[in-house]
Amino acid sequence: MAERKVAWKKRTDNTLIGGDHQRIDGVEKASGHAKYAADINTAGTLFARLLTFKGGAAVVKSIDTADAEKTPGVRAVHVFNGAGKEVRWDGTIVAAVAADTPEQAEDGVRAIKVAYEAKPHWVDEEDLPGATTGKRTKPLGDNKKGDVAAALKAAKHVHKGYYGITTISHMCLETHGSHCEWDGDDKLNVHLSTQNVSGTGGQFAGPLGIDASNVSITCNYIGGGFGSKFAADEWGVACAQLSKKAGKPVRLMLDRATELKIGGTRPSGFAEVTIAADAEGNITVWDSHHWGTSGIAGSTISLGQLPYCFDGIPNRNRKATGISTNTGPNRAWRAPPHPQLCAVTDTVIDDLAAKMGANSYDIFMKNLDKTPKPDVYAEEMKIGAKLIDWKAKWHAHGKGGGKSVKRGLGMALHRWGGRAGATTCTVKVHPDGAVETFLGSQDLGTGTRTVIAITLAETFGLGINDVKVNLGNNSYPKANPSGGSITVGGVSGPHRRAGLEALWKIYDLVAAKYKVKADSLSAKGGKILSAGKSVCTWKQACGLLGPMPLEVQGQGPKNDGLTSQGVAGVQMADVSVDIETGIVRINELVAVQDCGLIIDELTARSQVYGGLIMGIAYALSEERVMDNRTGRFINADLENYKLPRIGDIGKLMVHMYQPDSEYERGVVGLGEPPVISTGAAISNAVANATGVRVPVQPLTPQRVLEALKGGQA
Amino acid sequence: MRPFEYARPQNESEALDLLNDHDANTAVLAGGTDLIALLQEDLQAPQRVVDIKQVESMQGIAADGDGVVIGALTTLEEISESPLLADYRSLGDVVDGVRAIQIQQMGTLGGDLCHLPNCWFYRNGYGLLALENGDSLVAAGDNRYHAILGNQGPAKFVSAARFAPALIAWGADVRVIGPDAGSSEWLPLEHFFVTPKVESQGVSVLKPGQLISHVRLPATAGRVSSTYEVLQMEGLDWPLATAAATIDLDGGVVREASIVMGHVAPMPWAAHEAAQSLIGQPVDEVSAGRAGEIAVAQATPLRDNAYKVQLAKTAVKRAVLSAADMLEGAL
Repeated sequence: MAERKVAWKKRTDNTLIGGDHQRIDGVEKASGHAKYAADINTAGTLFARLLTFKGGAAVVKSIDTADAEKTPGVRAVHVFNGAGKEVRWDGTIVAAVAADTPEQAEDGVRAIKVAYEAKPHWVDEEDLPGATTGKRTKPLGDNKKGDVAAALKAAKHVHKGYYGITTISHMCLETHGSHCEWDGDDKLNVHLSTQNVSGTGGQFAGPLGIDASNVSITCNYIGGGFGSKFAADEWGVACAQLSKKAGKPVRLMLDRATELKIGGTRPSGFAEVTIAADAEGNITVWDSHHWGTSGIAGSTISLGQLPYCFDGIPNRNRKATGISTNTGPNRAWRAPPHPQLCAVTDTVIDDLAAKMGANSYDIFMKNLDKTPKPDVYAEEMKIGAKLIDWKAKWHAHGKGGGKSVKRGLGMALHRWGGRAGATTCTVKVHPDGAVETFLGSQDLGTGTRTVIAITLAETFGLGINDVKVNLGNNSYPKANPSGGSITVGGVSGPHRRAGLEALWKIYDLVAAKYKVKADSLSAKGGKILSAGKSVCTWKQACGLLGPMPLEVQGQGPKNDGLTSQGVAGVQMADVSVDIETGIVRINELVAVQDCGLIIDELTARSQVYGGLIMGIAYALSEERVMDNRTGRFINADLENYKLPRIGDIGKLMVHMYQPDSEYERGVVGLGEPPVISTGAAISNAVANATGVRVPVQPLTPQRVLEALKGGQA
Repeated sequence: MRPFEYARPQNESEALDLLNDHDANTAVLAGGTDLIALLQEDLQAPQRVVDIKQVESMQGIAADGDGVVIGALTTLEEISESPLLADYRSLGDVVDGVRAIQIQQMGTLGGDLCHLPNCWFYRNGYGLLALENGDSLVAAGDNRYHAILGNQGPAKFVSAARFAPALIAWGADVRVIGPDAGSSEWLPLEHFFVTPKVESQGVSVLKPGQLISHVRLPATAGRVSSTYEVLQMEGLDWPLATAAATIDLDGGVVREASIVMGHVAPMPWAAHEAAQSLIGQPVDEVSAGRAGEIAVAQATPLRDNAYKVQLAKTAVKRAVLSAADMLEGAL
């Protein structure tokens, strides 16, 4: 018998992989049947409300919960920060109250008496001189490569500019939180809105003093995570403590303002950059000093990855300074910190092109030799240019036509890893032909269930709906948290391996029973075929298993070619700018994206659409506004924390770059990449339209008009 | 949200009686698009909420001689769809600018005129004037969305009433009823709004226990109008600056004009000199642009909002051009 080898099918042999498939849980979600943590409402569930600190910084002098505990309906009060504790940013949770109704919980919160002693605060993330004077900065390193001074002297074109991108907050549709219910004294059932089903049980068990084996974590559906939901969090543990104290289940979800304030932020980055090129446009120099904040810890975007993607620039100085601010802490935000790195790199390159009087496309193309994937970028740029009609639409910077409305083009490029995360699954094939799988992973809305079902269905020659996917519980085999674009690779490899192993066992049984060669067998259309002819049905084949199901464990990642890592990606924007109002509108946005072998192209494209929309948000309107005077996160609401609606999106065009060379790489993650270069591409398009760089994203009317007034080129 | 009594009067008189209990610590509920948020955020804590939606006399749009009377309970959608208001285009422009179907269907004209400011200091619990030990938090804090005119006193928020510029530019009157069951008064809408010097003054002349019942528009008399709102977002969003213009054109030349700006001051801001500058002129880029310049000549922007001067100027120019159907090339 020929050696059995783990591999994906030949591309042309696939019936499901690579096609467009609706999510298998789409109807459940769209019809409201899918239950999220925020929906769990078992009998007697109490409602929790939070008392949060409203200011920049303070010490809790005293806290008195006696009246709260006596408030009608209140069953339990939990203090997070008691007397003597420092509260160092707006929104810090001070106490929580659980009560029979939400209103009673609010009454309880109002009945808590807290006295604070105000402390000085600093919340300005951009004002480096001010932060330096206020002793809120710290050096985050510097390093050099080549000889910047000599290269600057030799350069033909030199550009110096200021760039930046503000902090934004996580804004999951379903806020952070959980529903906790005790079963006896030492067994806890948690419905947690989490990206980390397998890894959060211990985070509850430790502080609660119970065995990790006694914590059940369930997350069948989640309303967004984007990197912010890996932990049990202090409010998760507090939910369990409130529940224990009250002797009833408790649901504690952050309110919207608190979600924005403490649910996690994307750090800011502001940079002074000098860039230079030779007469042909080859970039020879990068010299940057950047700063920003991640909150009180005082970090900013990483020093080591600038200039982003163009690591091959021969002469480079870079330096970073962190600012410690009294603001909520950062958490991974989709593709950390690539959107910021891209925002302060590709804009600089675009300005260099403008200064040279060159077509931006040509300068990016010329310098691809300094990137990790020059050939892929080049092909993707060509496809993108065709889709957006770059050649016909291009004009020199500032020649955007129109009297008050100017139009412009911009582009940017990005990269990401997307390796497969460690995952184990147990695949069961039942004697009646039913197939199911179990794994402690989670579907963030990205189609994980669907991808698993496609992988097993393709392997067994079944339909997608013939596979039952059980995930979202920590009693299932362990899976990595879903973050960093590692899930599709993480789950597809183990399922392909387990599927093949199971299939081979079934082939052996079929071969023995029907006197055919096992290596002549294939599974397709619910049948087992030998050299293309039907031998038996899938059900008949599974009937040969005997009374017990076949159970196979799949693991990954392994070096067998099923998965890989490393993607490129190019985005191009066509925008209009009203120079009398500073308003920017997206006309068209093109994304060309590779990600190896694509299992479900529909969900892949959806990922890219979602990335583009998030990118439009942070490029044009989304930002955290910290008020220097009060230290408050002053726009922590859905009115002034401005997110795009459908009318703000424009026309999106997504092209999945998938020549055979990509298929042969195996599966690579896709979640992060499409959000990275959107901001820089849009900023470059605005600069092309107006001839002026709006240095800091988001490009609000205020910033656009101020830049136009300054005529900053 | 704190507990409150809920009452549902059937007529104006009942409504006023109910509003004037509890020392008038009561609130009027119409569409609820502002009040519910105020209650949820604990910015208002009335002992009784008086739901006036059943008061029939305050509903509907009716011809009134040559003019039109609009009940305070009229929804934005009804305003947009009424044939009687079709020639008052500046009102329809406001409805279009609101964009959110939910607000258009629930929000009422009276509610809009009484809408409390969206100032983020107010909405975060610092009061209308946002004073701390007599110092203005707005002046020292982030004031990017605040007033550029009429901001020299303690009030630095911008009026949230989106219909007010258009209605005032049309010369609308407003009927205020209460606090006694029998009392009612018509007054020019321009006189309805106040810029408070102290917190208790509120944003209008309404005293506790009073409410708006109707708005009356004069005949269009052939005049044309438009509202231009500078909106950052295509969805539900507060305007950064707005202007409404009502113009009497005679053979292409302006015979009479009225211009009122919104979201630039603590109250709707009539730009009389700007309007005056149009008289005797044809409407074109030059005359409209000049009106815009004049409208903002006295602006006193705060630290962060100088850009709003440009926006207000543009809004005036574009409202004038749009009223004359001459606006081209704006986003």
